[in-house]
Amino acid sequence: MTATLTTGQPGPALAHDAAATLAASRPGLARRVKNRIATAAVVGAVALTAVPLALVIWAAVERGSARLDLTLFSHSMRGVVGQGGGLLHALTGTLLITAATAVIAIPLGISAAIYLTEYAGRARLASLTRRAVDIMVSIPSIVAGLAAYALFSLLFGPGTRSGLAGAAALAMIMIPVVVRSSEEVLRLVPGDLREAGLALGSPRWRVIRKIVLPTALPGLTAGAVLGVARIIGETAPLLLVAGFTDAMNYNLAEGRMATLPVFIYTQWSAKGLDTAAYDQRAWAGALVLMAVVVVLQLAARALPPQIAKIRRNR
Amino acid sequence: MTATVPNSIGAAQAGSPPKDRGGAARVVAGGLDLGQTASAAGLEAIVGGIDPRLLAAQAAPAAPGSMSIQNVSCYYGAHLAVADVALEIPGRAVTAFIGPSGCGKSTLLRAINRMHEVIPGARATGSIKLDGVDLYERGIDPVSVRSKVGMVFQKPNPFPAMSIKDNVLAGLIIRGARPRGSAADELVERCLNRAHLWEEVKDRLKKSGDSLSGGQQQRLCIARAIAVQPDVVLMDEPCSALDPISTLAIEELMRDLARDYTVVVVTHNMAQANRISDITAFFSLASAGQPGRLVESGLTADIFSAPKVAATRDYIDGRFG
Repeated sequence: MTATLTTGQPGPALAHDAAATLAASRPGLARRVKNRIATAAVVGAVALTAVPLALVIWAAVERGSARLDLTLFSHSMRGVVGQGGGLLHALTGTLLITAATAVIAIPLGISAAIYLTEYAGRARLASLTRRAVDIMVSIPSIVAGLAAYALFSLLFGPGTRSGLAGAAALAMIMIPVVVRSSEEVLRLVPGDLREAGLALGSPRWRVIRKIVLPTALPGLTAGAVLGVARIIGETAPLLLVAGFTDAMNYNLAEGRMATLPVFIYTQWSAKGLDTAAYDQRAWAGALVLMAVVVVLQLAARALPPQIAKIRRNR
Repeated sequence: MTATVPNSIGAAQAGSPPKDRGGAARVVAGGLDLGQTASAAGLEAIVGGIDPRLLAAQAAPAAPGSMSIQNVSCYYGAHLAVADVALEIPGRAVTAFIGPSGCGKSTLLRAINRMHEVIPGARATGSIKLDGVDLYERGIDPVSVRSKVGMVFQKPNPFPAMSIKDNVLAGLIIRGARPRGSAADELVERCLNRAHLWEEVKDRLKKSGDSLSGGQQQRLCIARAIAVQPDVVLMDEPCSALDPISTLAIEELMRDLARDYTVVVVTHNMAQANRISDITAFFSLASAGQPGRLVESGLTADIFSAPKVAATRDYIDGRFG
């Protein structure tokens, strides 16, 4: 269409000519058909991607909502063999282990990102760090679990299982996620803000603390939340190093600690006589876990406008 | 509208002797109006029967905030960007750096508050003295230099995560010395007034600096720069991203600032240099890739009416670059 527009003759008769060419420039049948097909294909692909998500949500709601009662959130599985019981112990474990993971991974990850963006320049250590992060991203989570298992066995005796060991394994998975997202966000902070800070007569680390980090804060938070969402559903490493228990355990440093993913797995894999009760608990657990992840994702989504603003202005 | 600018310049120059007496002499005369110590020195000189102009030629310039640039060369790695500049910058006056792109005027400006060396591999040699103290002397902390020599950048860059008020206080906040209560309010009002911005923003100090127009943002940046009480304010093409009305406001502000601060401004706008500056320094380079050099400097009136070097005349007349 634009092509026909530009071929219009300049001159006094232009307006009339242009109108005539425009009228004649309606796309031909072949093009309209192609356009329809392409549009349908794209919309179909989008729908197809959304189908599994819809199915998962539907299945979890349909099978899990039966057990979405108060007992689920007020009881552990201690002494329960049939109906009843709850996932309080697993929910508590997930929250504790996730919090511990965040406490380990967020400061380390952001610090590494600060080093990479603010100090490293073209230093050798920087490319080494970046490569290490790239490799860590692709480490299978079960390997992270084994590494944590080995570490804690060495430190505290063979076969040590604890919430903290689980957090260590999850931190190995979360740190590279935080480093990558934080590095990206810190690079978005315009260089002239750093210069302006330095030109006010302040050392670099203070400029980073008072200007760069606050400016990037929404993005850093979003990255951290996405990192948490990434690890909160991890099962394999926790199965290895945090283990499983039917009872409450508030102590990260000692003893096995249940988590939601592992709860789902054990309910499903080790059914008692009343299999329906176990199935229902597994699906209810899945529903709760998904709800937690969705809440985290929404929280992350709600934060970034300020970073978007920076991108627009510069 | 443009008439107001020459007027304000006229006012600023009213107390000064005619321009044909030479830059240094005029500086001393300016000092006589302003500083107690300077007038004492001048009196002594007269009593001793020494021509004040001679004294000026021998002794340190009188107005506070005067700078002396000697043998300054700036490098980016091995590349020599500015070669061997010697220039006297009078205190409490506006000095303009003009010249074609790549002639090193911005580089030299950044060397004055040691921002040049922030770029990896960049360094400067020579000496830049502020009131007799060499800013490049061993043991001088670049951070403290920058608190004495403030800077305003080409693009307005208020801190987006801070309110207008906090932007003014930013220099102190960054240093961990945030003033509170009425002290903070007073400082903010004084600096914003000084930057000709108070009336426009006094009702929205808590809002983000992003909400201001480009010209207002630039004046906010000027308020931010003077809040840390520098002696010198460097401006790197402060109007090049602004519309003519905002430019006019900044030009008036620059004239006004020169009452209390030494102002050094890099500009591509010849007419602006002519309107606002007392001293003009013209930089140029032989060809692309060659180091920039100071071609000529002197009173702005002289540079624009009777430049001594042909290259300066060609540039000013628009026959160059």
